[in-house]
Amino acid sequence: MFNVERWKEIFQSIKKNKLRTVLSGTTVSLGILIFIILFGLGEGLKNSYSDLFLRQANNVVFLYTGKTTKPYGGFKTNRRIEFDNSDIADIKANFSDRVEYINPTIRYGDNIKYKLESYNFSIQAVSPSNQYIEGNVLMKGRYINEKDIENKTKVVVIGRLVARDIFKTEDPIGKFINIGSRSYKVIGVFQDLDGDNEESYLFLPYTTRQQILMGSDKVGSIAITFNPNLGGKGAVKLENDIKTFLKKKKSIDPTDPSAIRVRNVADELERSMQFAGALQIIVAFVGIGTLIAGIIGISNIMVFIVKERTKELGVRKALGAQPSEIIKMILTESIFITSISGFAGMIIGVIALNSLESGLQEYFITRPQVSLNIAFIATVILIIFGVIAGYIPAKRAAQIKPIVALRDE
Amino acid sequence: MIKIDKLHKSYEMGSSSLHVLKGIDFNVEAGELVAIMGSSGSGKSTLLNILGMLDNADEGTYDLDKMRIENLDEKTAAEYRNKFLGFIFQSFNLINYKSALENVALPLYYQGLKRKERQKIALNYLDKVGLKNWSTHLPSELSGGQKQRVAIARALASNPKVLLADEPTGALDSTTSMEVMALIQKINNEGKTILVVTHEHDIAMMCKRIVNLKDGVIVEDKKVKQNIIKNV
Repeated sequence: MFNVERWKEIFQSIKKNKLRTVLSGTTVSLGILIFIILFGLGEGLKNSYSDLFLRQANNVVFLYTGKTTKPYGGFKTNRRIEFDNSDIADIKANFSDRVEYINPTIRYGDNIKYKLESYNFSIQAVSPSNQYIEGNVLMKGRYINEKDIENKTKVVVIGRLVARDIFKTEDPIGKFINIGSRSYKVIGVFQDLDGDNEESYLFLPYTTRQQILMGSDKVGSIAITFNPNLGGKGAVKLENDIKTFLKKKKSIDPTDPSAIRVRNVADELERSMQFAGALQIIVAFVGIGTLIAGIIGISNIMVFIVKERTKELGVRKALGAQPSEIIKMILTESIFITSISGFAGMIIGVIALNSLESGLQEYFITRPQVSLNIAFIATVILIIFGVIAGYIPAKRAAQIKPIVALRDE
Repeated sequence: MIKIDKLHKSYEMGSSSLHVLKGIDFNVEAGELVAIMGSSGSGKSTLLNILGMLDNADEGTYDLDKMRIENLDEKTAAEYRNKFLGFIFQSFNLINYKSALENVALPLYYQGLKRKERQKIALNYLDKVGLKNWSTHLPSELSGGQKQRVAIARALASNPKVLLADEPTGALDSTTSMEVMALIQKINNEGKTILVVTHEHDIAMMCKRIVNLKDGVIVEDKKVKQNIIKNV
């Protein structure tokens, strides 16, 4: 296949017909370049969107309590249901194979004071699992640990914004702040990638809170994370199993909708991801559109090139060029030009995307990237269509009688 | 060299058919210089196309150097054209992005010769037509007469048995026409068989034999006293 003499012919044709070469080369380069950039930006948009929802652990199920709406087991309706420590122990004991973390939470509001100044932040009494479930990242010090839970220590972990507001430039670790009438030692500062709101919390051990509430064992809500291997169906089954278990334990009508409620982050995530999916379709549509425009462009140019060369091809045939030789010449030339310029466009596009990477975050575009696979496939598609678009007129040109081609003036 | 017997050719024109060649009998010996004359529509171009293996006859036989030319596929036709025939066109048909030398070397490329060899032979033929010093020039840098001389060198390059010239002076003024015809006479005198299609009587008179075509038949075929061009 590799014929040095033919390549020499082709190189001469490429070199001597610069306008033609540049025209077809630019079409292909531009097609791929625009495809990659658009596709990358779309991908970036999608990334921003999924980042927004994916930072939190997404295998979390929240359990809440409410009031019963149906009488059951001798109890009247409108009974207030509450979780307590035994529920946590029971879930741990009965669902250990499917549940990873359990985080009992007690939310409350109280006066926060440091050096005579008062502050207003959300307070939650939690377990160490909270760090994983909320996706908190420690900046300083340590998080609440099992020892704190056991000893009911008066310690608090504060969000980045809390630390900034209360302590300004001071190092908060080891300082004491007042919550209500009690003094708590700050042991850690965390940040949260989900944004400012998530960094405005104070977390303290739930057992400490229970002790303050006169040794209560009540818990506000429970968050659990399930084993991700369960998948969507397994997660739903787990939810129902836990709900049934707790209802039975607390003598609640199994059909009571509001006594124990469940919220699954995965469900929400799925809804959000549908939007991301729509974005993906738009991105794909734009990409395919650009590619088609590129294909039409290169097809046009190939038809034009062959038309322009009809006479030359006629001369070559009269001088003894065989039809197959003519087709090979045109195709090799078009493959050569489209390949070189296609891959050049691809490389430029990828480099351009990488250089855009950091500058576009404020336009809601993160990590605008195209997988090399997609870029490569798109380039190859364009080359193949360039070849097909070149082959059809080349075949026709190779078949017209030289005398006809030569008369074509 | 060329032997044609009862040659017929028709073109389908929709429902009707146009009978262009109506039984041509025609022989050319080696070393002849024949003018084929006729007005447009006389069939002279069709005859030349068949002689040049650019078109097939419907009936009759065509022998070139004792070889029967029939039922050629495109591939063989291209091969025979390359080996046996040299073409000279009215509009030169040089490839505009190739230098004079590369144009002349092109038929040799299709014979599969190496580049060095091609250039050596091509330069030799350029020298023969007096354009050795113009070998690196592009066709656009040459005059009409020079272009036709390059085209003649190209036609000669593959050392064909027969040269077919289709109105070789049609695009040239009378002085350059003389130059080109002088060159054709010179090549003929060296032994090459040449057929010239023309409608100009004085050009035909520079050949050794005139064949007159009218409405698809040969109406006249005579040897003439060649008008030899000197001092050009």
